Amino acid sequence: MPDVDETRLPGVGIRHDFLTEEGKRVGVISHFSGRRSLLLYDTDDPDSCRETIELGEEDLRTLADLLGASHVTEHLANLRQSLKGMAIDWLPVEANSPYAGRPLGETEMRTRTGVSIVALIRGGETIPSPAPDETIEADDTAVVVGTADGIGKALALLRGE
Amino acid sequence: MALAALGGNAVLLLELGALLLLLGLLARLADRASLSPIPLYLIVGLILGQLGGDPIAFSGDVIEIGAEIGLVLLLFMLGLEFTADELSDSMRRSLRPGLIDIGLNLTPGVAVGLLLGWDPVAALLLGGVTYISSSGVVSKVLTDLGRLGNRETPAVLSLLVFEDLAMIAFLPLVTVLIAGTGIVDGLGLIALALAAGAGALFVAVRHGESLSRALDTRSDEVFLLTTLGVILLVAGAAEGLRLSAAVGAFLAGLALSRQVAVQARDLLGPLRDLFAAAFFIFFALQIDAASLPPVALAVVGLGALTAATKLLTGSLAARAIGAGAHGQMRAGSVLVARGEFSIVLAGLGVGAGIEPQLGAVAAGYVLFTALLAPLLTRWADPVASRLFAANRSTTVGPPDRG
Repeated sequence: MPDVDETRLPGVGIRHDFLTEEGKRVGVISHFSGRRSLLLYDTDDPDSCRETIELGEEDLRTLADLLGASHVTEHLANLRQSLKGMAIDWLPVEANSPYAGRPLGETEMRTRTGVSIVALIRGGETIPSPAPDETIEADDTAVVVGTADGIGKALALLRGE
Repeated sequence: MALAALGGNAVLLLELGALLLLLGLLARLADRASLSPIPLYLIVGLILGQLGGDPIAFSGDVIEIGAEIGLVLLLFMLGLEFTADELSDSMRRSLRPGLIDIGLNLTPGVAVGLLLGWDPVAALLLGGVTYISSSGVVSKVLTDLGRLGNRETPAVLSLLVFEDLAMIAFLPLVTVLIAGTGIVDGLGLIALALAAGAGALFVAVRHGESLSRALDTRSDEVFLLTTLGVILLVAGAAEGLRLSAAVGAFLAGLALSRQVAVQARDLLGPLRDLFAAAFFIFFALQIDAASLPPVALAVVGLGALTAATKLLTGSLAARAIGAGAHGQMRAGSVLVARGEFSIVLAGLGVGAGIEPQLGAVAAGYVLFTALLAPLLTRWADPVASRLFAANRSTTVGPPDRG
C-alpha cells in the first residue's frame, strides 16, 4: 500500500491522501458531520483539487461496494500466500451433499475439522460471515480458512464421506 | 399614517415581515454572486437609519433585542467552531504564523485609529476589526470553490483557529478597557476573565464529553431549548459579572465537544443567521451616514493596506507548510475578507459610545473588504500564473515518496 498522508483540518475534519501508481494524487475528507468528499488533485498544480466530489451516505456505500469488491478478492489472493500454514479454499457444495438445504451450524465444521466458513458464494452473490442458521444450498461455494489438512477433511465432510 | 389604524401588533408583523423579505432577497442575490450578505445588511441598516424611525416604529425594540441574541449566538458559534484540542494543537503548531498575523494586521488598525486622533481603546478595537478574518466567509469560499482538499487549506484553517484563540484574551481585555474602571478593579476583571477562559478550556478538555453527554439527546426540540437556555444563562451571568455577554457566549461555545458542536451547528445555525441579521441591521442603524464621507479616505487606505498585509500573512503561512506559489496566493487572498467579528468588535465600542467614528469606519471597512476579497480570491490563480509563469520551478511539488 502507498503511504497515506493524514492531515487534520481544524473545524472541518480529517483529510487522507495518497499518490496513485500513475502519479496522481487522490484524497478523501472525512467531515466531522459524517459526510465525505472525494478529492482529485490537479496534475499541473499539485496543491489544488481539480475536482471535489461530495458523497452522501448512499453514494459512499455504492462507491465502497464498487471498489471494495475487487479489493477483497485481491486481499484473499494475498492471504493465501501470506499466512504460513494457513490455507484458504473454495469448496463446492454438490447437490448430493448431506448438508444441502440444511443450516450451516449442523455441519459442526469448526468443531470437527478446525476449519471456518468465512463466506458462502451463491450465484453471483457473496454472503460474508454467514451465521450458523444460514441455510447451505446445493451449488453454493463455501469459502473456508484453515490448515491444508483441515480443508481436506472439510471437503470430505461436505460430500458426506 | 394609515397603517397605525391597523393596531400595533399588525404593524409590527408587517414591518418585520417586509424587512425579513427584503433581507432574504438580498441574501439570495449575495449567494448567487458568492458574496457575503453582511455588507448588504449593513447598507439596509444605514438606509433605515437615515429614513428616521418610521419604517420600524413598532419593530425597533424587537430588532434591538434580536441584535443582543444575535451577538450571543455569533460568538457562541465562533467558540463552537473549533475544539479545545484544535486550539492547543494550533497554539503549538501555528504560533509563528499566528503571531505574524497579529503583528501585520492588528497594527495597521491601531495606527490608523491613533492617527485619526481616537481614544487608545477605540484604536485597539479598530486593530481587532482589521485583525480578525471572517471565518464564515472563509469557510464558505473554501467549500464553494472546492478548496478544502488543497495543500494550503490547513494553513488557512490554522490561522482561523489562532484568531479564535487570540479572541480569548482580546475580548475580555477590551471589555475591561471599555468599562474604564480603575486599575485595581480592571486587573480584577481581567483576572476574572482569564480565570473564566482557563476554566472553560479546562472544562472542555477534561469534562467536555460528560458536559456534552448531558446535552446530547435524540430530540431536536429538547436539544435546541436546553442548549439555547444554557447559552443565554452563561451570557447573562458573564454580563452580570461585567465580562460582557459576548465573552460568556464565546467561552460556552468553546466548552462543548465536537459531537454536540455538530448538532448545535445544524440546529442553531439558522437561528444564528436570523438574529445575526438583526444584529447587523441594529449596528448600522446606530451609524450616522453623514459621518461616512469624512472617513472614506481612511477606510479605503486602511482596507487596501490590510488587504496587502493579510495576503502576505496567508502566503507566509501557506509557504511554511510547503504550498507552491498558487497555493500561497490562494491562502492569502481568501483571508482578506473581514466580516461578522469585525462588526462584533466594533459593536462593543459603539454600544459603549467611546468613539463616534468607530461604527462608520468599521462598517465602511467591512463593506470595502467584502467587495475586494471575492475579486482577489477569484484572481488569485490567474495572477499567480502570470507572476510565476516565467519561473515555474519555484512551485513546490508534493514531497517525493519513492
